[in-house]
Amino acid sequence: MSAEAHDDHGHHHKETFITKYIFSQDHKMIAKQYLITGLFMGIIGIAMSLLFRLQLAWPEQSFGIFSSLLGKWAPDGVMDPNVYLALVTIHGTIMVFFVLTAGLSGTFSNLLIPLQIGARDMASGLLNMISYWLFFLSCVVMLGSLFVEAGPAAAGWTIYPPLSALPQAQPGSGLGMTLWLVSMAIFIASSLLGSLNYIVTVINLRTKGMSMTRLPLTIWAFFVTAIIGVVSFPVLLSAALMLIMDRSFGTSFFLSDIFIQGEVLHYQGGSPVLFEHLFWFLGHPEVYIVLLPALGITSEVLATNARKPIFGYRAMVASILAIAFLSTIVWGHHMFISGMNPFLGSVFTFTTLLIAIPSAVKAFNYITTLWKGNLQFNPGMLFSIGLVSTFISGGLTGIILGDSTLDINVHDTYFVVAHFHLVMGISALYGLFAGVYHWFPKMFGRMMNKNLGYVHFWVTAVCAYGVFFPMHFVGMAGLPRRYYTNTAFPYFDDLADVNVVITIFALIAGAAQLVFLYNFIHSMFYGKRAETNPWRSNTLEWTTPVEHFHGNWAGEIPHVHRWAYDYSKPGHDEDFVPQNIPLKKGEEELNH
Amino acid sequence: MTALLTITILILIAIAIWQMTKIFQLTQVARENSQVATYKDNDFQGKLMYVFLVFIYLITIYSFWAWGDVLLPESASEHGVEYDRLMWISFVLIFFVQTVTQALLHYFSYKYRGLENTKALFYADNDRLEFIWTIIPVIVLAGLILYGLYTWTNIMNIEEDDDSLVVELYAQQFNWKARYAGQDNVLGDANVRFLQDYDGKNLVGIDSSDPNGQDDIVVQELHLPVGRQVIFKMRSQDVLHSAYMPHFRAQMNCVPGMITQFAFVPTKTTEEMRMLPEVAAKVQRINKIRHENSQELIANGEEPLDAYQFDYLLLCNKICGASHYNMQMKIIVESEEDFNKWLAEQATFAEVISIEK
Repeated sequence: MSAEAHDDHGHHHKETFITKYIFSQDHKMIAKQYLITGLFMGIIGIAMSLLFRLQLAWPEQSFGIFSSLLGKWAPDGVMDPNVYLALVTIHGTIMVFFVLTAGLSGTFSNLLIPLQIGARDMASGLLNMISYWLFFLSCVVMLGSLFVEAGPAAAGWTIYPPLSALPQAQPGSGLGMTLWLVSMAIFIASSLLGSLNYIVTVINLRTKGMSMTRLPLTIWAFFVTAIIGVVSFPVLLSAALMLIMDRSFGTSFFLSDIFIQGEVLHYQGGSPVLFEHLFWFLGHPEVYIVLLPALGITSEVLATNARKPIFGYRAMVASILAIAFLSTIVWGHHMFISGMNPFLGSVFTFTTLLIAIPSAVKAFNYITTLWKGNLQFNPGMLFSIGLVSTFISGGLTGIILGDSTLDINVHDTYFVVAHFHLVMGISALYGLFAGVYHWFPKMFGRMMNKNLGYVHFWVTAVCAYGVFFPMHFVGMAGLPRRYYTNTAFPYFDDLADVNVVITIFALIAGAAQLVFLYNFIHSMFYGKRAETNPWRSNTLEWTTPVEHFHGNWAGEIPHVHRWAYDYSKPGHDEDFVPQNIPLKKGEEELNH
Repeated sequence: MTALLTITILILIAIAIWQMTKIFQLTQVARENSQVATYKDNDFQGKLMYVFLVFIYLITIYSFWAWGDVLLPESASEHGVEYDRLMWISFVLIFFVQTVTQALLHYFSYKYRGLENTKALFYADNDRLEFIWTIIPVIVLAGLILYGLYTWTNIMNIEEDDDSLVVELYAQQFNWKARYAGQDNVLGDANVRFLQDYDGKNLVGIDSSDPNGQDDIVVQELHLPVGRQVIFKMRSQDVLHSAYMPHFRAQMNCVPGMITQFAFVPTKTTEEMRMLPEVAAKVQRINKIRHENSQELIANGEEPLDAYQFDYLLLCNKICGASHYNMQMKIIVESEEDFNKWLAEQATFAEVISIEK
């Protein structure tokens, strides 16, 4: 209604409800759209994990919640094995792509790139808008696949063929898998449009004085993440298209010599190993697409709240670049025992363990940033420190999994599940939370409640270790992942109580996220009004007014005269010096 | 019952979280409704960081104490000894680094919490320090990589000699079969196209025109002679599977359309493994659990669980469909004599199909 009324007046500057809140081209609104969509998907993804954790702790028991949520897929309230696999698959897909790629990177790249480099908007607002709506569409398709008669995709989030290619192999490989592939194809298109936009914006639209060496580490992280995305996502798209061809048009890219359901299929000459290569050529960089933005956010939040420059700025940039480069040549460590040539295994072991070096540099630099700081424990700060902790705990077991020899016996066990959940799942989630708590005032003009934030952090932090630390033992006991239950093997009977402990911690962690959701929604409407620069931060986004309008700065865009980390610099009255403050006479600029 | 228990626990947790919120609110002198951390917040949160460090150490120690004995027993294969040594070295390194870095991280968080008169040190860089913590991981990792690659090459470079036993592991949804090469120690050609020959009696699709295949033996239980190299050739007829034999530190994917391989030398017979104290203790523990669970079953008028005794396992470790969790085969390692005796009792492919004819 109101949209039409405004159009009648013909004022193109006037924003209608639709152009402001729905088809907005303003990067700040698009960021909020990404965040809220991402959080919504996150609720679904986490809820799914709680469902299958119930099954793992009390296998084949009847739960009322199963019959109410899963209906005919949980006869008498007992979860069906196919549904278990579907839940695992969709949980992984949603968390990796929809929450930690789009929800994290989409939100903060959109919010911070223009604001922190001093631009009025993204290079192309239209592409940005299309990018969000493609993402939205892919969410709709993915969620739609949950309501398919035979169930959603259930071949694991890695959808290895032939399992994913043959509807005869499992019910989820029918229409559910088709929708999964369509959804991912749309998602990739969205991600590419977004990434190209980020890259172009960072290269072209920096304000006067914002040289690459003065960029905040957040921007470096988003910039490099976008480059990795552009390099690797198209490969997954091609894999998805080839899989669609195999499924629907009878080609044999990934299939050969198959006998299933009493029938020899016509496929000849393809190889599932090819799919694994293509999948992991994206799949591994994807880990860093998820993680680097979280590390970028941490760098910013840690320095601001430590009231201290980030330690080793140049080393931090160099390690981001090194991680990005190495991340594209390590994919084979997911395939040590796939049947590929063992010599390739040696090469990938070498490149994989090299990644530990820039990662170690980052961890040490974070720790040194805290040293002799003046730490302000805002909730964002807690999550940033939490990230460093889980990044170390989870990263270290990577030394075992990245070693082809040691991988032989822990590959695809719960040891892997524990490793990657800590190092990329929990760490990236902490990055997301740190970002939300820190930039909530910028996004919504209000403050989140800090006490609820503290509760949220501590319960989550205890539970994260409570879930994933014991899980290493389940893996070291030799229990494979993606098992509906381990009761088929009396050998694993003594794992029952570990599984119960893990599930209880998971349920508590799930409950703690409700505290966050309440805080988020409540603060959005009733939170204390934010000041312009509540955390006394140096970066440019805090020079914009609290009220949002398209264009960010009312007058001229501020010029930049220094790097982003002049905290507690001697010779200044305040313990922070924003980037737009000119150097004093005789003041030396420091940006290492 | 369980559902009720779960709900009760969840309600209790909700109350606990609500109470914690109250505590946090009380610890903060509410002069103003600021949502930015105050000195009091910093003090309390900084101390919690210290407590959290203790928590990390405690959960580590507790996990080892409570679940240390669920871990796999000592290796039952020749290369597994080497594997376990490398694993042990890696773990020592990991625990050392974990202990030190978590201590630094959380101790600094506590020590440098922002109090009323604290100031931060403007300290942005130290090339020498950064060089040191770049070069140390480089050296340590170089060592690990070299050791790892040496072991990897030893395990994966399979040298076939006359004494080796060639066994095919054949995977399908959702069971395993094994094929022995017979007298000639050469596996006959096989392809899924032949599966329907002989009314489905050709279980792994042996090409009956290949003379090498006539003496092949297809079985549903894997027997291995102790002390002799076994070369596994893996095949799958439908989707990806993974042949996982955790006690031998052995695993390889089974890929439709290609043959993959892995080899090891079993060093302990099933009987010897059962005698190992740690295995015996584990079996005892499991039987205690099974006994307790049986009581419940009997009370419900159901069959009690069988007593468990240790056997080597072959598990599927690549998601393969609904019954992935129950795709298993028993492995029996025995003396050369027992093995030969057992093998002689099994029907060859020629015998199987001639019965058909």
